[in-house]
Amino acid sequence: MPILQIRQAIRDAMKEEMERDERVFLMGEEVGYYNGAYKCSEGLLDHFGAKRVIDTPITETGFAGIGIGAAMCGLRPIVEFMTFNFSAVAFDQILNNAAKLRHMTHGQFGVPMVFRGPNAAAHMLGSTHSQAFEHFYAHIPGLKVVAVATPYDAKGLLKTAIRDENPVLFLESELMYSVKGEVPEEEYLIPFGQADIKRPGDHVTVITWGQGVPVALKAAELAAAEDVSCEVIDLRSLRPMDEAAIIASVKKTNRAVIVYHGWPNGGVGGDIIARIQELAFDDLDAPVLRVCYEDLPMPYAENLENLILPSPERALAAIRRVTYKR
Amino acid sequence: MTQSEAAPDAASDSTVDAAYEAKLRADYDGQSREDVLRDYREMLRIRRFEEAAARAYTRGKISGFLHLYIGQEAIAIATQQVMEPGDRVVSTYRTHGFAIALGSDPKACAAELFGKAAGLVGGVGGSMHFFDKERGLWGGYAIVGNHIPVAAGHAFASQYTGDGRVTLCFMGDGAVGIGPVHEGMTMAGIMKLPIVFVVENNQYSMGTPLKRTLPVEDITARAAGYGFASDRFHVTSVQETRRRLGEAVERARKDGKPTLVELITYRFRGHSMSDPAKYRQKEEVERWRLNDPLERTLMALKTIYQVPEAELDAMDETIVAEMDGAYEFADKAPVPAPEARFENVMAEGPYYGDSATTRPAGVE
Ligand SMILES: Cc1ncc(C[n+]2csc(CCOP(=O)(O)OP(=O)(O)O)c2C)c(N)n1
Ligand SMILES: [Mg+2]
Repeated sequence: MPILQIRQAIRDAMKEEMERDERVFLMGEEVGYYNGAYKCSEGLLDHFGAKRVIDTPITETGFAGIGIGAAMCGLRPIVEFMTFNFSAVAFDQILNNAAKLRHMTHGQFGVPMVFRGPNAAAHMLGSTHSQAFEHFYAHIPGLKVVAVATPYDAKGLLKTAIRDENPVLFLESELMYSVKGEVPEEEYLIPFGQADIKRPGDHVTVITWGQGVPVALKAAELAAAEDVSCEVIDLRSLRPMDEAAIIASVKKTNRAVIVYHGWPNGGVGGDIIARIQELAFDDLDAPVLRVCYEDLPMPYAENLENLILPSPERALAAIRRVTYKR
Repeated sequence: MTQSEAAPDAASDSTVDAAYEAKLRADYDGQSREDVLRDYREMLRIRRFEEAAARAYTRGKISGFLHLYIGQEAIAIATQQVMEPGDRVVSTYRTHGFAIALGSDPKACAAELFGKAAGLVGGVGGSMHFFDKERGLWGGYAIVGNHIPVAAGHAFASQYTGDGRVTLCFMGDGAVGIGPVHEGMTMAGIMKLPIVFVVENNQYSMGTPLKRTLPVEDITARAAGYGFASDRFHVTSVQETRRRLGEAVERARKDGKPTLVELITYRFRGHSMSDPAKYRQKEEVERWRLNDPLERTLMALKTIYQVPEAELDAMDETIVAEMDGAYEFADKAPVPAPEARFENVMAEGPYYGDSATTRPAGVE
């Protein structure tokens, strides 16, 4: 099987879908002549031309809105945010147009499109450039939210996102674009709402997604050295969420730790805990813990950033706590 | 004006032909040797600071995004010269030049780049987030365009309190399309705020040349719609930039009329250190180099003012030593204490987070 980087899997997904469906186009800053700020659209301008691979000025509200308007007319836009931090500029378009128009028009219109780009802290970019946006978007009915951590998942889920009839927020990771993995040559799609067990185990369920996945896997490895077997569940899609997979695992392990990028207050982590206590209260043998950013803005200084970020060591400490092995 | 015509009329190939020298003499007519030497020294300080930053980045001492000001130094120097005490500069992530020009300690600037406690903002901001309020540097903003309404707010406060201060708000050519620019300028026009908006048009928004970001290449064409005065020129010397920015500042201070100034300039490095700038030809860069204000000033000092080579070399050596010293200081300086991350989040004092989930042990 070919080995690809995540950025190449993303490029291939876009390329195949653009070849399959003329209505699909890509729009964003530096996606064309520059081949993408992180090279996710390498070669696409050459292949499809400037009609379908469109460089925009720095106008996030403008191109998010153009994507929405075009989608309402039946096109299938892929809008790239150079990073999701800049999607904050377009938040109103996503919240009040993309998420609402199907409902507001009583079904006269849909907004079948993808907003994609890197999300969460990279390395030493400071507070405005280090934020995790799934927590904002997963709050909103009318949207779908996906976060990927392997080339296989990236390709299969992006193709699904492009074909979906709803607006999909597709979250990638600047730090993980070079992560390599097997990607089948033949076509495949991965449905939304299906978690993937990235490592099977019996003692503790570790729930994660996106940039949290490598942290959780490393922590599971450290825990294994202490004879604690962790089941690492990569949610992949946060809205819809695979409740069944979470609950099945928690019923088996009776313990859960959630590892993710983002702050503790009001985010996806708390939402998962709410579901677990609602659906598996009697199965729990320990409180469900979260390993995430400290509740602080991200500083530039490396030593401070490392203290705030979720680390395998912090995840291991949480795993020990829920297994009462301090 | 199109992209290819954008480089100012300069000597065709060799550095000093007769036409070039005649233009140079005209430009420096009436300028004293002392003033020109000062302008050169101040520009050179920025350039040497930036070159040292590039070296430190290459050695892995600086992380994140590093956007250099090489080629645009004259703008920061001229700005400093037209400011009165209390006036404010609000700028972008490409802002080391303003800090150095306004008198921020190069040691503190370098320490910020290194993420050290002695940095301009304690190491929490890095290259993209320089602030030095005491010296008039009010940022340091890294989300494109989001400082324009904020700068208008500073000018509003000046109008409100009658403090007589002027705000100079800088942005790139790539910023003028984004919403907050329009909104901030609309407010400034309606309220007749004491502000000068300066677009540093360095020909590129990351890898995108002007013709693909601007529907009309003359950015000052927008001034009419906001009721602003406007000015637009190539930055080839400090004195000309000083004179024309000075008029705009005067207009803001005396008449409460905003001005939109477009400064045509060039960045000689990539957008940031991670950009190899493959989107432009070497010839283009060379063409602009002939009008690099720093190089032109050096040429003027040599040909018009007959400043001996040795004097210029000595000046350069002093500056290089100052900047190398700043980076040595930064290298040796301690990183922020772990507790520093709890500071300045909330007004009340150290903040440990509102959630038991991540609150440090032992903190209520
Ligand atoms: C809202 C937003 N979108 C995108 C970016 C990423 N970005 C940072 S600088 C830049 C180019 C800006 O070019 P310009 O305004 O011409 O300023 P210059 O860098 O040339 O000084 C881009 C796209 C950002 N910081 N903020
Ligand atoms: Mg520019």
